[in-house]
Amino acid sequence: MKFIKNKAWQSGRAKNVNDLDDLRKIISHHKRWDLLFMITGIVALMIAILTFISLFAQMLIDGMPRLSWDFFTSFPSRRPESAGILSAWVGTTLVMLVTAVSAVPLGVGAGVYLEEYAPKNLFTEIIEINVTNLAGVPSIIYGLLALGLFVYQLGIGQSILAAGLALALLILPVVIVATREAIRSIPVAIREGAYALGATKWQTVSDHLLPYSSAGILTGIIIGLARAIGETAPIITIGALTFIAFLPPSPVTDEFPYISFEWLTAPFTVMPIQMFNWVSRPEEAFQLNAAAAGLVLVVMTLAMNGLAIYLRYRMRKNIKW
Amino acid sequence: MPKELPSKKNHVGELGYSYRRKLHERLIESILFLSALLSVVIMLAIIVMLVKESVVFFQHVSIWEFLTDTQWTPLFDDAHYGILPLVAGTVVSSAVALLVALPLGTIIAIYLSEFAPFTVREIAKPFLELLGGIPTVVYGYFALLFVTPLLQIIFPELPGFSLLSAGLVMGIMIIPYVSSMTEDAMRAVPMHLREGSYAMGATRFQTAIRVVTPAAFSGIAAAYILGISRAVGETMVVAIAAGMQPNLTWNPMEPAATITAYIVQVSLGDLPHGSVGYQTIFAAGLTLLLITLVFNIIGHLLRKRYREIY
Repeated sequence: MKFIKNKAWQSGRAKNVNDLDDLRKIISHHKRWDLLFMITGIVALMIAILTFISLFAQMLIDGMPRLSWDFFTSFPSRRPESAGILSAWVGTTLVMLVTAVSAVPLGVGAGVYLEEYAPKNLFTEIIEINVTNLAGVPSIIYGLLALGLFVYQLGIGQSILAAGLALALLILPVVIVATREAIRSIPVAIREGAYALGATKWQTVSDHLLPYSSAGILTGIIIGLARAIGETAPIITIGALTFIAFLPPSPVTDEFPYISFEWLTAPFTVMPIQMFNWVSRPEEAFQLNAAAAGLVLVVMTLAMNGLAIYLRYRMRKNIKW
Repeated sequence: MPKELPSKKNHVGELGYSYRRKLHERLIESILFLSALLSVVIMLAIIVMLVKESVVFFQHVSIWEFLTDTQWTPLFDDAHYGILPLVAGTVVSSAVALLVALPLGTIIAIYLSEFAPFTVREIAKPFLELLGGIPTVVYGYFALLFVTPLLQIIFPELPGFSLLSAGLVMGIMIIPYVSSMTEDAMRAVPMHLREGSYAMGATRFQTAIRVVTPAAFSGIAAAYILGISRAVGETMVVAIAAGMQPNLTWNPMEPAATITAYIVQVSLGDLPHGSVGYQTIFAAGLTLLLITLVFNIIGHLLRKRYREIY
């Protein structure tokens, strides 16, 4: 083993191993390294924690005074003191709706296929490597794809639908990986039991594997959506407007059939874009607005991530196969 | 109650049922297969889209000019199309970020995996995860309005936009990714290796550095590669805090645009579809994708080469 070659140890042996004082010196010398590293580790952890605290404090101090009911119910404005995030949070909600509706079935489906159905062959391996690669593609590249494909090629335009789909592609790998991990953790005995009773593969999946893994999958979906809420770059690339003083058409209408999908093609803005717009203005008053918007955004993502972490914790505690 | 003997008719019915059931199963399998196939389609679509627009761009601008010109001014009258300034901005900001993220992330991971008591780990891990979940635009705000003024106290000559402050914040932002993946890799090292090491009289530090770290090397390498591609592809922090002016410099104290910041800058304006300006963002995007792809491949090879099997 390597550490026997250690000089201190060798010199100790050269003199006299039985010399207890020498040995104690060597041991305490080595222990000192232990302590030193432990302190380094705590300091490193503290740096991360301190950054988080100062980030939060900075936003709280700047943004808190701006947070009021009016801030949530006003449109952006040229006058910073009357500007609000109404169109931004409505846009974010609608975009997230599109993202969830498209990413969840596709991601869970792909996860189930890769874990339960896929034969072990080259093609499956290609899909698996590909999912890993997709997770490493910078988010702005998804924006370029959406710009070229959705906005121009398919003619969807710079709309809520294009943005929602772009974010769906972005979080697809997250949902797939979460689904696979959740399904993989179910013991084989459950599957064998179902098959022994004559269940088909899909019956096994839909009646047993999906319900048992639902908490894990839900955790993945929440983490994915939390990421999508904060994503700015791909939506900027699509060409979301930064100044929107109106709301998209309501999804619920007075007349039959009471549901309208007009909002899908409406121009929009989202929370992070509104914040980016305010940050990049030179006037300080707008930067206070940015802090307030950032505060709302951070609380939203923290709440979602916190929920996911709590769910996972509960799951680990409760499920004992 | 005795059951009726299956009549011929019933048999046909059963066969029909089993046939329908099989069809149903096949149908579901194909739907699931298609959703798995979608990931490959997305990757191909990304490549096709970027290459398609870039090909048009490179008919207009030679690849040689793209790679060697030292100016990037595609929207000026006197247009220059040298990607070098943008690449330099990306390299410098990523280097600053990695100088923060890799050492700190590794130290945190080793501490959490080998030294920290159970409760510290249980609290610190979710906390780091939350830190990784904060939107990047918020980090950009933090870099511009908190870190830059703070740095200006130390370096009074630091401009309002700089690669340094963007890089530092980006580094902090990447720490959770690096530390959580590194820690996972270290925790996956079997206990008996540590026990063997302790039995030989090694201290915790010696065990962590000389036994656990080498054994977890492939996972740690993967974590580093992920950190690198995060840093290279990061957009909002640099777009907000490092400025959007292309500037061929290796000095982190200066403002400079990165590849990603340029794409943001163009997208914020109103460029007509099909113009050269529109194509430049695809050429820039292709460059970015190639850079991250190279790192992904290196990571894959490292993992394959150094994978330890227990």
